[in-house]
Formats: sequence, structure tokens, C-alpha cells
Amino acid sequence: MSALTVKSLDLHHGLLHAVREVSFEVASGEVLALVGANGAGKTTLLRAIAGAHRPTAGRIELDGQDITQVPAHRRVAMGIALVPEGRRLFTQMTVEENLLVGRLAGRKGPWTVRKVLETFPNLEARLKARTGTLSGGEQQATAIGRALMSNPSLLLLDEVSLGLSPIAIERLYDSLKGLMQSGTTVLLVEQDLSRALGVAQRVVCMLEGRVVLEGPTASLPREAVTEAYFGVGRERAMA
Amino acid sequence: MINTIIQGVLLGGYYALIAAGLSFMFSVMRIINLAHGSLAVLAAYALLVLAQNYGISPFLGLLVVLPLMAVIGFLLQRFVLDRALRAGELVPILATFGLSIVIDNALFTGFGANTRSLSNYIGTLSYDSIELPGGIYVGELSVGIFALAIIVLVGLQLFLSFTPYGRAIRATSEDPDTAGLVGINARMATAVASAIALATVGLAGAALGMRGTFDAYSGAAQLLFAFEAAVIGGAGSVWGTLLGGIVLALAQTLGAKVSPLGFLIAGHGVFLVVLFVRIWLAGGVRPFLRGRT
Repeated sequence: MSALTVKSLDLHHGLLHAVREVSFEVASGEVLALVGANGAGKTTLLRAIAGAHRPTAGRIELDGQDITQVPAHRRVAMGIALVPEGRRLFTQMTVEENLLVGRLAGRKGPWTVRKVLETFPNLEARLKARTGTLSGGEQQATAIGRALMSNPSLLLLDEVSLGLSPIAIERLYDSLKGLMQSGTTVLLVEQDLSRALGVAQRVVCMLEGRVVLEGPTASLPREAVTEAYFGVGRERAMA
Repeated sequence: MINTIIQGVLLGGYYALIAAGLSFMFSVMRIINLAHGSLAVLAAYALLVLAQNYGISPFLGLLVVLPLMAVIGFLLQRFVLDRALRAGELVPILATFGLSIVIDNALFTGFGANTRSLSNYIGTLSYDSIELPGGIYVGELSVGIFALAIIVLVGLQLFLSFTPYGRAIRATSEDPDTAGLVGINARMATAVASAIALATVGLAGAALGMRGTFDAYSGAAQLLFAFEAAVIGGAGSVWGTLLGGIVLALAQTLGAKVSPLGFLIAGHGVFLVVLFVRIWLAGGVRPFLRGRT
């Protein structure tokens, strides 16, 4: 059964129709990459799945259960965790406090502060530091750790490599690799196409609020994804 | 002179107690509750009714009144402040101002203009005193209220720092949207914070009634003193609030020693001086206000 089902979802930002009739499924244990240029509606879509953005139409199902009307904080208890774009840490609180806040939804599972530190050893020394004082890589690790503390069955990662140095990105994805192999379902938004195609089993490409391409990463030629990403084929057809 | 200072410090404990809930609500929920003083007076009347009509000592009465105040706080947040906040930052101030008028006049209608006190119902505590070296006497009640203020302020701080619910409240106050995304019921967290704030208002009301007199319109003065203590000390810090209360009370008692009119004038004077110094240090009114919100 699919872990997440999105059925003809419509999302608006005021008058802007940000996501138009988007449908896709994520299988349990799968890593799905959601790619697309800036403004394609990826972040809005992720926020809607997490419950922070009310859809105008359509359905969202988690493990076959309709959660379209469920508020964000209860979705966390049901197993959805979002690592939001821009990290959105509680900057007045320490790393440890941010991690402990992630546990408040009360879902049972293996994640503890200790286990997060094993996954992201660079946080060990900064545990008592306020997150406002951390480097970008440390902040991102804290944000991911905070999401993991809720023991999610579905992890939504929004642009986790944005603003990080190449070394920090490398380290981050090394840490995530173990996680992705452990059976957690992951929906990943990533600007870096080769990075996204490298870790995901399947890719969904969005352009101007619509899904324009979908398929397993192994069988999709890189050029097809690039064209869909920039809408090259469509422009040619229009011209 | 030393006597005056000691009495002033102890009075400062009372101001810190009444300021605790006000600054907690401001720092955690970004709401200035103008009904704060009236709610304290309401709690004092509730204790009075329990003592007068049912013979329940005000100390036992707190077992009823504190939960009652907490429920009022919860409902106040859920049905008034939460809605008001959605309409803009100023609306909660107007809403609580309106609420204070409703409470004051309801109390006036119910209890009339007579000045009341709880001191008749607490036995000898209202005049028992302790002798300090040097022949200075301090009231047991004043010392108790001072200790209570410290317990409340430190307790609030420990609760916010070290309990899961305290962390949830802090996370919500910083970023309610993200708090929801990490599994915190933000509306619930702020309602609980409001309930806690009003429970401390219940304690302040008890202190008000035991240490002196009150009537239906005493709320405004309590609000003013709480507000001045919070501003002098810097809202949102434990020791700041205590210090603010002490500075305000010291100014008042020393002022009263100079002239009978000096009590209020010196208090307001210190408040204004501290306020202007803070604005000046921040570099103007606009940066000062930005720093606050």
C-alpha cells in the first residue's frame, strides 16, 4: 500500500494558483524526489502535506486514511514530519531543547537525543548552544534531528542542502543515507538535480504547479528530467 | 531609614507578585492584559465570598479560587484573546480593556462601594510581626508575600525551562506555525499559558486582600503598579521583575517619607525615568518598540 497518496490537489496563495490538480503516490519505504524550478509549487505542496497549508480542493491520504482536514500538530502524531525550508528552528532555545520539542507529539519509536547525536556527530559539542549561534550545517542537522525526534513514518525534507557548503552537504547526505535505507518513507525537495536523482528511487518533476514528469530514476534519462525541469519541451511545442 | 528600606523591599515583593502574571503573559503570548488588575480584585472578592458566606479561610479558599482563575484564563484565551489576536496586535489590548470595565462594574453592582479586606479572616497573621536585629519589625504577612513572589517567579522560570509543556509554550511563542509542524497544539499551549498566568493573578488577589483593603475599582491601581514594575525590571525576566517591583516600592516608600503625596509621585517618577532611559539607550522610540515586539 502507498504510504502517501495525493489526489488532484489544488493549493492557492491568495490569488496565486500555486499547485494545480497534482496527484502522485509514495510507496512505503520509498525515497521520492520532488524536483522543479523555483516557484513550481514544491514547498507549498510539502507544507500542505504537513498540514500547514489548507488545500482548496483535493485529498491527502496517509496509509489510506484521509487526513485532508487534520491539523498539522495531529499529523505529526500520525507520523508525518516536515523539515521546513529555511530550517525554522526555535532560535531562542538550545539545540537540545529544539530536539526535545520534536518529541512532544508523543509517537513511540527509536529516536532519542542520543541517537540524533550519533547520526549528526557535529551537534554533540553544540548541544547547549542556542540555535541562533550555529553554523548553517549545524542548524540543518538540528532541524532534521528535531523532525526525527517525532519518529516519523513519512519524512518531508524541503531543500535541506540550501545555503550549505559542499562539504556540509556531503556530510549531511552521508548521514541521511543510513536513514533512507532504514525503511522511513522520504519525500525530498531538492534543487540539486544530480543529488536528488542520486538518492531517490523515483522522481516527480513539477513545473508551474503541475506534475510534468514522473518515473523511476533508474529508467529516466537525465535529459528528460532536465527538459521537464525547465519546461524546454513545452516551450518548443508552444513556439 | 533602614526600616523604610526594608518595608519598601517587602512591598516590592507584592508588586513583583502581581507583575509576575502580567510579564509572563506579555513575554510568552505577546499580550498586554489590561484586565490584569481587575482579575486580581475578582479573585480577592471570590476569596471574600468564600470566607464570609461559608467560613472558609482564604488560604483554603485558594484551593477553589486558583483553579477557577485558571479556568477563566483558559477560556479567556480560547474565546477572547485568540480571536482578538487574529484581528491585529492592538485588538487584544482593547478587548482586555473592555473586559476590565465589565469586571469592575459587575463587582460594583454585586458588592457595592464598600471597602473590603480579607485581613479579618486570617487570624493574627495580619498584624503578627518578626523582630529583626536593631529593633526593626517586619510583618509576617509581608515576608510571606515576598517569599511567595520569589517562589512564583522562579517556579514560572523553571517550568518554562525544564518541563516539556514549558518548552512547548516557548516554542509556540517564538513561532506558532512551526510549533504546529513539530506536533505542538499551539492553541492549547497558549490557553494553558494563559491559565497559568491567571492562577498567579489569583495569588496576587489573595495577597492584595490580605495585606490591605480593596473595592470594586481597585483593579486599575494594581494594573498600574504591576505594569510599572514590569517595565522598570524589563518584562520577561524573573529577577528583572522582582527588581522592578522592589525599585518601584522603594521609590514609593522613600517618597512617602519626604511628603505624604510623595508615595505615588516618586513611584511614577522612577517609572518614567527608567522608561525614558530605556528608550534613549535603544536609540529612539521606534527601535525601542521594535525591540519589544
